[in-house]
Amino acid sequence: MAELLRTIKYESDRVKGFGREVMSVPGCEQLESCIQCGTCSGVCPLSIYMDSTPRQVMELVRSDFKNEVLHSRTIWLCASCYACTVECPRQIRITDIMYELKQRAIHEGVYPKKFPIPVLAKEFHKMAHNHGRVTENWLATWMFLKTNWLAAIGMWKLGLGLFMRGRFSLKYEGIKRKGELARMMETVDNIDIDKLTDVKPKRKPAH
Amino acid sequence: MEMNQKEIRIGFYVCHCGSNIAAMVDCPDVAKYVGTLPNVVLSRDYKYMCSDPGQELIAKDIAEHKLNRIVVASCSPLLHEHTFRGAVEAGGVNPFFFHMVNIREHDSWVHTDRKEATEKAKGLSQAAIARVAKHKKLEQKKVPIHPDVLVVGGGIAGIHAAMTLANAGKKVYLVEREPSIGGHMAKFDKTFPTLDCAACILTPKMSAVGSHPNITLLSYSEVTKMSGYVGNYDVTVKRKPRYINEDLCTGCQDCISHCVFKEPKFADEFNENLSKRRPVYIPFPQATPQVVLIDPEVCLNFKRSVLTDKCKKTCVEACGEKKAIDFTQKETLLDIKVGTIIVSTGFQTFDAKRIPQYGYGKYPGVYTALEIERLVNTSGPTGGHVVLRDGKTEPKSIGIIHCVGSRDKKTNRWCSRVCCMYSMKLAHLLKEHTGAEVYNFYIDMRTPGKGYEEFYDKLLEEGNHFIRGRVGEVTDWAFTKEEEGKLVIRVEDTLAGYVRRIPVDMVVLATGIEPHSDSNDVRRLFNMSCGSEGFFLERHPKLAPVNTFNDGIYIAGCCQGPRDIPDTVAQAGAAAAECMALIDKGHIEQEPNTAFVLADECCGCKSCLPLCPYTAITFDEALGKASINEALCKGCGTCVAACPSGSIVQNLFDDEEIFSEIKGVLAYE
Amino acid sequence: MVKYSYFPGCSLKGTGRAYEESLLPVMKALDIELEELDDWNCCGATAYMAVDEVKACVMASRNLAIAEKLGHRELMAPCSACYLVLNKTKHYIHESPSVHHVLDEALKVANLSYSGNIPVKHPLDVLVNTIGLDAIKKRVKNPLKGLKVAPYYGCQIVRPYSTFDDQYNPTTMDRLLEAIGCTVVKDFPLKTRCCGGSLTGTLPEPGLLCSYIILKEALKRGADVIATVCPLCQFNLDGYHDKIEAKWESVRIPTVYFTQLMGLAFGMNERELGLHRGFIPMKPLPAAFAQPVAT
Ligand SMILES: Cc1cc2nc3c(=O)[nH]c(=O)nc-3n(C[C@H](O)[C@H](O)[C@H](O)COP(=O)(O)OP(=O)(O)OC[C@H]3O[C@@H](n4cnc5c(N)ncnc54)[C@H](O)[C@@H]3O)c2cc1C
Ligand code: SF4
Ligand code: SF4
Repeated sequence: MAELLRTIKYESDRVKGFGREVMSVPGCEQLESCIQCGTCSGVCPLSIYMDSTPRQVMELVRSDFKNEVLHSRTIWLCASCYACTVECPRQIRITDIMYELKQRAIHEGVYPKKFPIPVLAKEFHKMAHNHGRVTENWLATWMFLKTNWLAAIGMWKLGLGLFMRGRFSLKYEGIKRKGELARMMETVDNIDIDKLTDVKPKRKPAH
Repeated sequence: MEMNQKEIRIGFYVCHCGSNIAAMVDCPDVAKYVGTLPNVVLSRDYKYMCSDPGQELIAKDIAEHKLNRIVVASCSPLLHEHTFRGAVEAGGVNPFFFHMVNIREHDSWVHTDRKEATEKAKGLSQAAIARVAKHKKLEQKKVPIHPDVLVVGGGIAGIHAAMTLANAGKKVYLVEREPSIGGHMAKFDKTFPTLDCAACILTPKMSAVGSHPNITLLSYSEVTKMSGYVGNYDVTVKRKPRYINEDLCTGCQDCISHCVFKEPKFADEFNENLSKRRPVYIPFPQATPQVVLIDPEVCLNFKRSVLTDKCKKTCVEACGEKKAIDFTQKETLLDIKVGTIIVSTGFQTFDAKRIPQYGYGKYPGVYTALEIERLVNTSGPTGGHVVLRDGKTEPKSIGIIHCVGSRDKKTNRWCSRVCCMYSMKLAHLLKEHTGAEVYNFYIDMRTPGKGYEEFYDKLLEEGNHFIRGRVGEVTDWAFTKEEEGKLVIRVEDTLAGYVRRIPVDMVVLATGIEPHSDSNDVRRLFNMSCGSEGFFLERHPKLAPVNTFNDGIYIAGCCQGPRDIPDTVAQAGAAAAECMALIDKGHIEQEPNTAFVLADECCGCKSCLPLCPYTAITFDEALGKASINEALCKGCGTCVAACPSGSIVQNLFDDEEIFSEIKGVLAYE
Repeated sequence: MVKYSYFPGCSLKGTGRAYEESLLPVMKALDIELEELDDWNCCGATAYMAVDEVKACVMASRNLAIAEKLGHRELMAPCSACYLVLNKTKHYIHESPSVHHVLDEALKVANLSYSGNIPVKHPLDVLVNTIGLDAIKKRVKNPLKGLKVAPYYGCQIVRPYSTFDDQYNPTTMDRLLEAIGCTVVKDFPLKTRCCGGSLTGTLPEPGLLCSYIILKEALKRGADVIATVCPLCQFNLDGYHDKIEAKWESVRIPTVYFTQLMGLAFGMNERELGLHRGFIPMKPLPAAFAQPVAT
């Protein structure tokens, strides 16, 4: 018999304050007014493969189910098409919340192992950070080598095709003043953005 | 004014309003402080000043302490100024030797620091003490009320209000913009939750309106001007030409069948453009008045200059001796005088095209709810056969999408209140007519009302599907075999937790209720206010739901907000009762806080004339002076502030009163 | 000659090279000069947003600041992802004073500054709304008569900020394609549906399904070719046909940049326009417009 999992949730399963934290990101405040109508899921082209629908992700965030939501595949399946954001009757910026959750998952290292999307995001980040530009084919190669080198072999045909059509460059693209960009990033690292008082939009006083 | 010469003896009362004020303001402390001010003879705090004992207390104190001025610090004057003036008068003092301080809305409700709130209450009270000493004795004027009533809009609200008044013996003018009264209800087949036939309950009322001796029905007309004041309104009604003499037309409709257009050719508005009519037509069989009309846009006789002389005026021939057809008819203006007005202009439905994802206007299989109302109607375009726009295919599966345009920040934020119920009504009727699978897509089922939840139960038992989820999109591209040639509804079934694609033949959009696009013009015409959504604003959402801020003008039905027929009728009855209350009293008392011109000082610059929102100021060219019609003046003070020579004075707000009030508040440390 | 600042973005130098190859001559033919930003860097694109939003904004703002150095000129960004990130950064700067502060500090280090006012434009917008269809029609030598095109806009030029067209039913490209003689698939229902974005590479099944749906529907509606405005869309719709065929069915239909079609209509050479770089070649063009007519 398959292993039985506990599905009930106790208050101790919640990471209290998580929802509030996410909502304090500029643009995410509206989440409080979600009516769970499911429009976001109804328009999401990727909802076909999601474990939790976007609507459920919204509720998990609002109810502080941090562990559940950061482990969800949904946030990695989000293709940032913004279909949900423009349709939501409460004008909740669902896509931005998905971004926020991805950032948190990467930060906490809780993304699914060998799941290539976070790896792509990280590699992309590194490449952009170190070279200033992205060379897509190298990026893809790195990603596959890091997650699933068998798939990388499977991709040889595409790579060859690109190469034949002059779309695969063998050198890394980069900018001239790499030092300049690096220094800019360093400056950002040294600022604690959470300490800036106006970062959190002032909440309307409750009546 | 002998009272003024006498010694000033002020009584001061601060009210706890239960804990509404007392929780944030230290009332005994305020009373103690005010007691030390000049002219104050007595200062008290009390739990509920508006209660009977509170009012009696004032009267008793006046007698015992020979008080001649009263100040009450409590809630908003909007709520209880009238009450306390009454109490003062009962004590034998002129009611205008009274002043009220608002320490609830202006103080306790909006502050969080008890100490500072208490200070503020003291300051405001001190200002009132300083001002009330300067008050003058004023008299309320009585103005007679014209007994006739104007009802604007002949939907079920207007019909019910007009009938109630007429049955009570009042003369009513009912102005309806369309060629027939009936409004939206006239288009329905059945009404929820009882499913009684709409025509059976409405048409008797409509013909009663048409034949009632006390009702003058002005159909195909609009109000273009209103002036005057409560009890005495002058109204101009524009009567659009029907090209038919209403008095001569018997409603035989011979002209229609004899029109040169053998086949109806033009979109029939009453049937939501699902069928055709001729240039000469009657909107629907039970139309009231039973009079035809001619549409000059399409009637050949009006196109003579453009077209060849095609039309032989066969309609005129058919009408024969009755001679009711008159192509030369022009728009006319009718002036009427009334004392009270009920505005019941109803609503329009949300334009489904504004949500392009639902495909209205793009896919023929997508319908609005009103179109379905006509389609299931035995007197509708297909005689009650539910078929798609091709005229033959019966739908085998139908999706009804709730909340179209409603509960959405991008369109209308409010809940339209009737859509859940009418969607279920249509689900039931569509299933009954076609046997189709019917899916309802809802965000929340809202069925509060007598017999409404039971209706929901009935629908569930009938096997209708209810899917909780707001539809994402309606498209015509197929992914699976079963979807070929169908409309596909993509939605999250939020209760099951799955995103679903459901192929259907027909989609019904439950478009919400919204204010008419011209509601702002109507609002201005009758000097009313609108809420942010555009519905007319009632004076108080609970306690004065049919009153407006303009005395003598009442609202009823969906022009005030979305509601169903039972609530509309109840409200229409209430508005009629309000009119009668005024009419039967015979007169109204006018607030004496009006402005007047000191003729000696007026320099005749005319600055004030265009500013008055109530056109109460006239100019005497001979004397070169402005003067104010007391009856029209609402005491807004605009002219007082604008007069460059300071020659306009307003009762209760003269310079002495205002300045001593300011001094009073500044004197508080 | 009108001048625009030009931000090509990484793709237009790599896999999306044909976009630039067709964009530049088309713009030139219409008297528009594009001045490429000096030493521009990655826009900060979508995937980057997932790691550190603020840093992504910093990267975008460096480009905006460099553009500002060229004077108050409009900045053209042909890649939808770049277009969105640059615009989004502008929004953030306006909405969040603290993000603005961080950006200022970072830019200072590089002796740059940004006021937040450079308009970021997509070439489609510029072509239709600034240059105008009449001017474009005048340049057409070989109207692409008989070529049936499915206009595909993708997500990010209409969502979440739709500055120049209807969010639900954009028609700018429809009108442009009609102006150069194409027959356009009317109301193509999937014109703004997601192509799968970067998922095609990372999680092939869901990503490719998105592309497959679009390709299938374009074919079903009789299109000869799909026109796109974004290098990633072009890549997704063009590059994975073998996999799509293995998984579902063959839906081979070429996907080209709208600028390539314009170039053809302007009488330019297929190779110059980079048409040989696609995986699914466009069918031989009808003789009428295969060869540029001598002028
Ligand atoms: C599809 C649908 C189905 C419904 N089904 C039901 C049901 O089954 N049961 C139920 O209880 N409720 C139902 N309702 C709600 C019902 O329609 C309303 O409660 C009712 O019609 C309100 O009546 P009314 O008189 O306020 O407005 P209306 O019916 O809109 O009447 C207003 C009248 O005023 C006229 N008018 C407008 N402006 C002017 C002007 N400036 N001058 C002169 N005249 C003007 C209009 O022409 C119209 O005749 C349904 C609503 C919809 C949309
Ligand atoms: S569409 Fe908006 S309101 Fe509806 S469930 Fe999604 S986030 Fe909540
Ligand atoms: S932005 Fe993400 S969650 Fe929203 S519809 Fe697109 S893929 Fe789905």
